[in-house]
Amino acid sequence: MRRRLPIFLSIFVLAASISAPAQTNTEVEARKAALDLAGAFTNDGFKIRDGHWCGTIKPHDHALVAVNLYAGNQYWFSAGATEQAKKIAVSLYDESGKQVTTEGYNAGEKAAAGFSPTNSGQYFVSVDLVEGQEGSFCLVYSYK
Amino acid sequence: MICLKRLGAIGSMGVIFVAAGAEIGRLPADQLAKAVRDSISIPTPGELFAALEKPGKTNWSSQYRGPMSMTYRNRAQIALNLGGLIADGFIAVEAKDSQQVKNIGSDIIKLSKALGVSENLLSRGKSLDEFAENDQWDTLQEELEATQNEVKSSMQSHSDQDLVILVSLGGWIRGTQVVSAAIMQNYDERSAKVLRQPALVSLIQSKIGEISPELRGEPLVKNVSEQLPGIEKLVSFPVGKAPSVDEVRKVNEAVGKVMEEIENKAIVK
Repeated sequence: MRRRLPIFLSIFVLAASISAPAQTNTEVEARKAALDLAGAFTNDGFKIRDGHWCGTIKPHDHALVAVNLYAGNQYWFSAGATEQAKKIAVSLYDESGKQVTTEGYNAGEKAAAGFSPTNSGQYFVSVDLVEGQEGSFCLVYSYK
Repeated sequence: MICLKRLGAIGSMGVIFVAAGAEIGRLPADQLAKAVRDSISIPTPGELFAALEKPGKTNWSSQYRGPMSMTYRNRAQIALNLGGLIADGFIAVEAKDSQQVKNIGSDIIKLSKALGVSENLLSRGKSLDEFAENDQWDTLQEELEATQNEVKSSMQSHSDQDLVILVSLGGWIRGTQVVSAAIMQNYDERSAKVLRQPALVSLIQSKIGEISPELRGEPLVKNVSEQLPGIEKLVSFPVGKAPSVDEVRKVNEAVGKVMEEIENKAIVK
């Protein structure tokens, strides 16, 4: 499995680079950081799904994306940001807007949230800039 | 619970925590309404099938369907069928059926070429064959997702952006048909819960609302999109409640009817 990781990532990065709309260099850097973090979860059998979401976050602000999750699956949402962002956080909300309990990982400009929904449906992933200056971020997610 | 032990390898500076007991917040409705909804908001068939598999073994091969026509001429119909075919590829991977993966991989390439998408897909077809030959099932699933991604990106670069949502729609319809049929075969409340996806159907409808009026007005696209509000109601189960066998059957019948129309050559001009 570990030996396959570079293959997985190269396929994913290739596909993602082809599919992505024009991206800035900082978004590419942020996406690499997010993929580095998500790559760690593949060791536990998580598959990185194709696609990503990149953008810009400002201090004490958040970026919000809707996702549709299935009960029974386990998910990790991994975000990476550029160096100006000293600390980011990832949190998850249910369809009513209530924050759900997640497992988390935080390492400065990288952060992840792990969640196992008991109900299928729409959830919202929030990427927050906790410390640092405005910069690019990118979010990918993994499931098993 | 999700295993975190491997995260230690990421870096000692990282902090692992569980948010239980932490301050739990709430987002107001206006912020939820402004949330980005794009391709990452639409799950892949692989995610759906992974969830179905959790409570118990699924008889995937019983969900195969007969060979599909490769002679469609209408681009919208090809895109819808291509999405369904990619979902079939995921089924074959779940069934660990290498010959079926090869057959479907070959059909995906044929349909994709009919839409004039990238020649790069030919190498994807070869990869699917090789991985199937070597029983590399995890890799195959990744490769299928990458193939789907490449089909869509190629459509975008050929100014066929409007067809991308039809590929996603075809995949969701076929995936839901298979999953609802599998649940009916071996009913389990935990499995049945995967069918609750009202926001996803609503999102697909709004994306179809953004495509060109010409494409939206084509008989097949019009027929399919007119049935989506009814399907949305059928998959709008209350939070926490698993659909009954009868409710699952209704979903299966509704998506089965749409799938028949997608496959039917007579319905398009």
